[in-house]
Amino acid sequence: MSSTTLSVSKISVRNLTIRYGSFTALSDVSLEIPPNQVFGIIGPANSGKTSFLNAINRMDMMRSNMQVTGSVHFNGVDVRSWRNVYALRSKIGVVFPLPVGLPLSIYDNVALSPRLRGLTDKTQIDEIVERSLRRAALWDEVKDRLTSLGSLLSGGQQQRLTIARALSQDPEVLMLDEFSIAVDPVTTMRIEDVLKELKQQMTVILVTNLVQQANRLADQTAFFLDGRCVEVGETRALFDGQVRDQRTNDYIEGRFG
Amino acid sequence: MASQLSSQTDNASAGDLRNQDWYLDKFFQSIMFLCGISAILFVLGIFIFVFKEGSGFIIHQLDWAEFFLSPKWRPTSATQATYGTFAMVAGTAAVTVISMAIALPFSFGAAIFIAEFARGKTREWLKVIIEMLAAIPSVVWGFIGLMIMNPLIIDTFDVPIGLNVLNSGIILGLMAAPIITSIAEDAFKAVPDTYREAAEALGATKWQVVYKVILPAAKNGLLSAALLGIGRAFGETMAVLMASGHALTVPTSVFDSIRALTATIAAELGETPVGSDHYQALFAIGIFLFSITFVINMTADFIVRGIKNQ
Repeated sequence: MSSTTLSVSKISVRNLTIRYGSFTALSDVSLEIPPNQVFGIIGPANSGKTSFLNAINRMDMMRSNMQVTGSVHFNGVDVRSWRNVYALRSKIGVVFPLPVGLPLSIYDNVALSPRLRGLTDKTQIDEIVERSLRRAALWDEVKDRLTSLGSLLSGGQQQRLTIARALSQDPEVLMLDEFSIAVDPVTTMRIEDVLKELKQQMTVILVTNLVQQANRLADQTAFFLDGRCVEVGETRALFDGQVRDQRTNDYIEGRFG
Repeated sequence: MASQLSSQTDNASAGDLRNQDWYLDKFFQSIMFLCGISAILFVLGIFIFVFKEGSGFIIHQLDWAEFFLSPKWRPTSATQATYGTFAMVAGTAAVTVISMAIALPFSFGAAIFIAEFARGKTREWLKVIIEMLAAIPSVVWGFIGLMIMNPLIIDTFDVPIGLNVLNSGIILGLMAAPIITSIAEDAFKAVPDTYREAAEALGATKWQVVYKVILPAAKNGLLSAALLGIGRAFGETMAVLMASGHALTVPTSVFDSIRALTATIAAELGETPVGSDHYQALFAIGIFLFSITFVINMTADFIVRGIKNQ
């Protein structure tokens, strides 16, 4: 879809700085996220990973004290120049650290996004719901109780429901923010398998606190520390010890953080 | 102070030392306990009193069919006294319906604006002003109904009298609105922010977030807000007495004057001989009102508790 734009990057970030009042969450980060890849972001808590994601889909608008400078280009267009941020957000799926099952039925949770876009045809919505739930590896477990409340599912199921909901809008980019915090290891593995397949169709940004998760999934990995992007590189190279900054190696090896 | 002296007296009985602090502590505990249960005592006391005053009439003389179905309230007739409350019930219900038709859209709209759209100073000021609205005494509302709304309705709709269902409905609606607004706002605030973020991340506009996510999530709280508003409208006395015309008719249009259950008690109780049939019949109305508002409030309470347990 984006082949006609000038940049080959799906998302290109230049000199991004994010402040909350006098606190600087992210300073002067520049990086390129190519399409159809899993782009991993690792780093200890408070290193600015979540703020980085919020700047991409313009969630700073919800937080009055979040100031963003620098630029984020999505498909070669500055996200600040999108007048209709809702359209921008509908191209970017988000999965939060803790699963958010909206207090609607399982079906309505997944059907929410298509309905927001004005889709009313029942068979079309049915199709989207089933496809999204299948892609999130949840369909078989919930197909007989689609009308029961989404918030009653178990933690791992709710997280897959969140992923299904994000996928229901056919996003061009899927951003996952430490999705495995509240998920058991078996479910985590299933979701990781899903992500490996999804990158054929979309760009995945995977923020994770599990270094090995980045190793398993990410094509490229960025290491954030104290609001700075210390290093970006091919995941395999980084994990083979080919680092420019010793701190990256220390973090990957678990010597701090 | 005293404890320092007494603690030095006898080490052997230190475990059983009841010094001033100990007595003070017990004293305040008992006071707090009394304050805590006083609400229960008062409610129970009022219930027993009202029931005792009306019970003789209810048990021995009350014709249930007449009480609920007859529109004729003629307690002072020497030959054939009748005690029918139907006209008053219909009048009160009509006023309540009108007041809710006015109060609910306004209050929910105001609550949505305060909770979801307004920020900073706007929000704080709005909340303060709405609370001020709740503090206006009901007799002032009645005065507005009598002196401002009455001529306004007569002029606008070209009707002979402006003290009617419409007038008291509007007044009651304005009176109930602040309460409904603040409870509804609480219900919106109880919806976790993660829901809003999740919906916004899906590309929902502010209004879509409210409509598709916040309203369904807050619906129990809104229902209980509406019920408490209804309870308020049903039980209000002075404002309705002044704005409704106080005429005993079963209303067929919003321009009919009516007489409310509450207003009947307020207007007649002072003039009846204590213990007479009329006196006891008024207490029967009191019990009836008490039961209605009790049921409404309990329902609202159970709904609210349902939210908290979710």
